[in-house]
Amino acid sequence: MIPPKFVYRRAGSAEEALSLVAEYGDDAKLIAGGHSLLPLMKLRLAQPEVLVDIGRVRELSYIRGEADHIAIGALTRYHDLEHSELLAEELPLLAHASGRVGDPQVRHRGTIGGSIAHGDAASDVPAVVLALDGTLVVSGPSGVREIPSGEFFHGPFETALEPEELLTEIRLPRPASSSWAFQKLTSRAIDWAVVAVAVQGRSVGLVNMGSTPLRATAVERALADGAAIPDAAAQAAEGTSPFPDRNASTAYRQHLARVLTRRALEEAGSRA
Amino acid sequence: MSILGTRVVRTEDPRLLTTGATYLEDLRLPELQGAAYATFVRSPMAHARITEIDVSAALAEPGVVAVLTARDLDDIPDRPAGAGAEPLLAGDVVRFAGEPVALVLTEEAYQGEDVAELVSVDYEELPVVVGVDQGLRDETLLFPGTDSNVVSTGGAEAFDDAAFADCEVVVERTIVNQRVAAAPLEVRATAAIWADDRMTLWVSTQNVHGVRDAVVDRLGLGKGAVRVIAPDVGGGFGAKIGADRETITVGWAARRTGRPVRWVETRNENMVGMSHGRAQVHTVTIGGSRDGRVSAYRLDIVQDCGAYIRLGTMLPNLTMLMASGVYDLPRVETAYRTVLTNTTPIAAYRGAGRPEATAAIERAMDLFAAEIGMDAAEVRRRNLVPPDKFPFTTKTGATYDTGEYAKALDTVLDAAGYEELRAEQRRRRERGDPRQLGIGVSTYVEITGGGPEAGETARLSVHTDGTVTVWTGSSPHGQGHATAWAMLVQDELGIPMDRITVRHGDTDVLTEGVGTFGSRSLQLGGTAVHNAAVEVKERARELAAEEMEADPADLVLDTENGTWTVRGVPGQGVAWAQLAERAGPDGLSADTKFATKQATFPFGAHVAVVEVDIETGVPRLVRHVTVDDAGPVVNPILAEGQRHGGIAQGAAQALYEEMAYDEYGNPVTATLMDYTFVTAAELPSFELVAMETPTSVNPLGVKGIGEAGTIGSTPAVQSAVVDALAHLGIRHIDMPATPERVWTAINEARTAQ
Ligand SMILES: Cc1cc2nc3c(=O)[nH]c(=O)nc-3n(C[C@H](O)[C@H](O)[C@H](O)COP(=O)(O)OP(=O)(O)OC[C@H]3O[C@@H](n4cnc5c(N)ncnc54)[C@H](O)[C@@H]3O)c2cc1C
Repeated sequence: MIPPKFVYRRAGSAEEALSLVAEYGDDAKLIAGGHSLLPLMKLRLAQPEVLVDIGRVRELSYIRGEADHIAIGALTRYHDLEHSELLAEELPLLAHASGRVGDPQVRHRGTIGGSIAHGDAASDVPAVVLALDGTLVVSGPSGVREIPSGEFFHGPFETALEPEELLTEIRLPRPASSSWAFQKLTSRAIDWAVVAVAVQGRSVGLVNMGSTPLRATAVERALADGAAIPDAAAQAAEGTSPFPDRNASTAYRQHLARVLTRRALEEAGSRA
Repeated sequence: MSILGTRVVRTEDPRLLTTGATYLEDLRLPELQGAAYATFVRSPMAHARITEIDVSAALAEPGVVAVLTARDLDDIPDRPAGAGAEPLLAGDVVRFAGEPVALVLTEEAYQGEDVAELVSVDYEELPVVVGVDQGLRDETLLFPGTDSNVVSTGGAEAFDDAAFADCEVVVERTIVNQRVAAAPLEVRATAAIWADDRMTLWVSTQNVHGVRDAVVDRLGLGKGAVRVIAPDVGGGFGAKIGADRETITVGWAARRTGRPVRWVETRNENMVGMSHGRAQVHTVTIGGSRDGRVSAYRLDIVQDCGAYIRLGTMLPNLTMLMASGVYDLPRVETAYRTVLTNTTPIAAYRGAGRPEATAAIERAMDLFAAEIGMDAAEVRRRNLVPPDKFPFTTKTGATYDTGEYAKALDTVLDAAGYEELRAEQRRRRERGDPRQLGIGVSTYVEITGGGPEAGETARLSVHTDGTVTVWTGSSPHGQGHATAWAMLVQDELGIPMDRITVRHGDTDVLTEGVGTFGSRSLQLGGTAVHNAAVEVKERARELAAEEMEADPADLVLDTENGTWTVRGVPGQGVAWAQLAERAGPDGLSADTKFATKQATFPFGAHVAVVEVDIETGVPRLVRHVTVDDAGPVVNPILAEGQRHGGIAQGAAQALYEEMAYDEYGNPVTATLMDYTFVTAAELPSFELVAMETPTSVNPLGVKGIGEAGTIGSTPAVQSAVVDALAHLGIRHIDMPATPERVWTAINEARTAQ
């Protein structure tokens, strides 16, 4: 539970972070809130040689209303998302889901960018961003690129990020429908989701239902075709193959996806 | 007015909760200057032969002081290597994942894990035994040369087939009382020095004297050659009783290297190295008549011992002793087998053997009630030991001192609004509510204090400045002794609590003592303090009589202001400080030991209300109402605190916690991410009802309250989960009742219907 030795460098700006990462190359790992990376290091499952700390890059911590979208800096912490007035007004789904992550300590440290870059299918915010059709803004040695969230998550802990790239901003279009819901089933309050479902209008995102965050496309299609909520929700596990673990078998997760999707759609419907 | 029974706020809390407490890692003593830090190399395998240990790479690292293995343990007495005997460091064979194989000493704490990784151990895998079923098959023996993994048996050699012959109804079921981890906030830790042919150990423990004796014995030292000190201790729950192998090894290493050595384990190590608790499998058979009378009960226990014998051979004896619970049962049969497996050894965990007994009989009562279609509370009522039968000797040989079982049951049912809860349950069933309501009732009696070697010591000294120091052989680690002991002294001597300092945990000050476990502190340690105060008071009476030239019989102590006066003579009287002065160099003090072979039997009744989401299987404890009667309460804040913690821990076993292994013997819940201990967010506000039935076993009339909450709550909560689903035909769900387990049970019941 004590990590091996590493070199620690603190970046004061996004630019400095990029140059430090370029300097150390493959040996370097960015650390934001550290709440995914440090547990892995303590168990020695991750052993980076160099940590480039971007936790204090203030310029990447913001929530801004732009003309057609909301822009969120990658270093914005859950706590700030949870309590943002702008989000409460315009994207309550994200504010609410952020408030359901872990416990207060985790929410004060963890960042939206870290959560997305980590690419853990059990994380809450990635599925929300996916359901919201977000775009991820990434800076790297070859400049800035924008990646649609639908193309970002490649596999377990694998994303479209290249080793020397920095996720800088998350752009979320203002949703057409104001109905939303977030249903997260946990064993204890502080636990990760066994399964969670994010709904915005007719978009449905699934947490922990496979190797990446997912959209429940069969449900979305059924809704578009005018299916009733229970019938649409019954298709929530279509095409999924969630991993069995101590908390849940594959079959139980699939069952939960159906139940929680129905509940989320009903809850969202009550907000419409 | 006596201070006893009043809600005095815990005086130790500001220190323990904010700053000023000294847990083991906080010690900054000159003796420990320049200490080397100990890190254990632990086996990643559950069962393997060690073919080679190469320490050369580790030794070459900067900062390494020593790397020690079993081979270096050549300066301590040999131990017969019988079945279940636990070595300090594994020699030829490792028997559980996490077993210490070598000890690394480094200059700095952070270097330890890096160096430990460089100790290269070659393992030759052996077949692994996980779970008692596999252990009982004896296909793989943990100790070759023996003929079985069963290291201990007891109780009936064979069950009597006729025991249930005249029963109208007989129910039998195998149920699991799963393995749990104590997970105290402060993990295990030890610091050790060897100086002037003496070893001093600072240990995070529940009993310094037990640690001392174990170290003396294991290292072959003279009894006077070991001193053990416990500073503030951050929780133990039974798992910090005695000296673990790591503690003894650290002491040994200090002597071996001539350097102070410090050790504090990581949370990960704590989850695999510290003893686990419970881990019994019960087969219960219960029989009786359709009018609700139980006439025969059988409890067959298989205790998972883990890889070595810590308390695995003792615990089931307590389970057998308490098997029949609060019931007056004509025929009771019990037996146990303790089985070695390739897992962390089992020892005491809050309740230690008694919660298992209660869980078994309470489950059996529920199964019987379900079978005859009678209300579970009513079946219990019909079988309780009536008040006029006390002292009551059970068929398993326990003699219950005092009890008002029916009163406890009726009181708790009343407080819970049992009838209304049942009505609400019916309404939810009728409307097919996705959130079904379950009501679980448990009644319990447990055993505390007592035993042939029981007893506790105290020393009380009144100083010439009028202050008091109390030394207790008891060993607080969160319970609140400093508050309670000072209250007892104030009550007797009239010296205000803020002038009384309570100290514990130094075998050089009180060479005799027992410690805190088994809910024994107040009834034994508190009584010893009380008796010391009484002795000091009598001595003071004589001194005051001398001082005032009066007859001792005429001296009266005003306990409101702590002064002695002569009856009927107005005047200032004498204060304690003066008497301490007068007492001279020997001081005004008393040493006491209070011992009694007679145990006390706290009892109570719990009602748990659980909502089960039948679509997802998620159970949620929404109310928990209890009567926990442990006799007169010295301080309700302390007693309620014990009940709260106990209820939480017991509910956690029912719903959340399990220390689990995969088929290879890897612990799969060895971090606090995976081991789902309960938090406040999962629990309702508990509804505690007061009831006080005194015992005559000690002058305070008190019984133990430390474990009662745990013992009562587990079966009540488990039963409530099952009860919520009773209309589906569900009779039992093993603990912990995780959402998936509950969902599976619902599915199976629906398929069966
Ligand atoms: C006890 C506990 C409970 C938790 N419960 C939940 C939960 O319920 N739900 C949930 O969703 N999460 C949970 N988490 C995880 C938490 O949300 C993490 O904080 C989050 O997933 C990662 O964010 P971070 O800022 O801490 O990232 P870090 O741990 O600092 O980094 C994670 C990874 O992302 C990379 N990275 C970080 N920022 C960037 C960036 N800007 N650009 C490129 N790469 C980057 C890092 O190099 C690293 O590989 C929990 C964590 C803990 C410790």
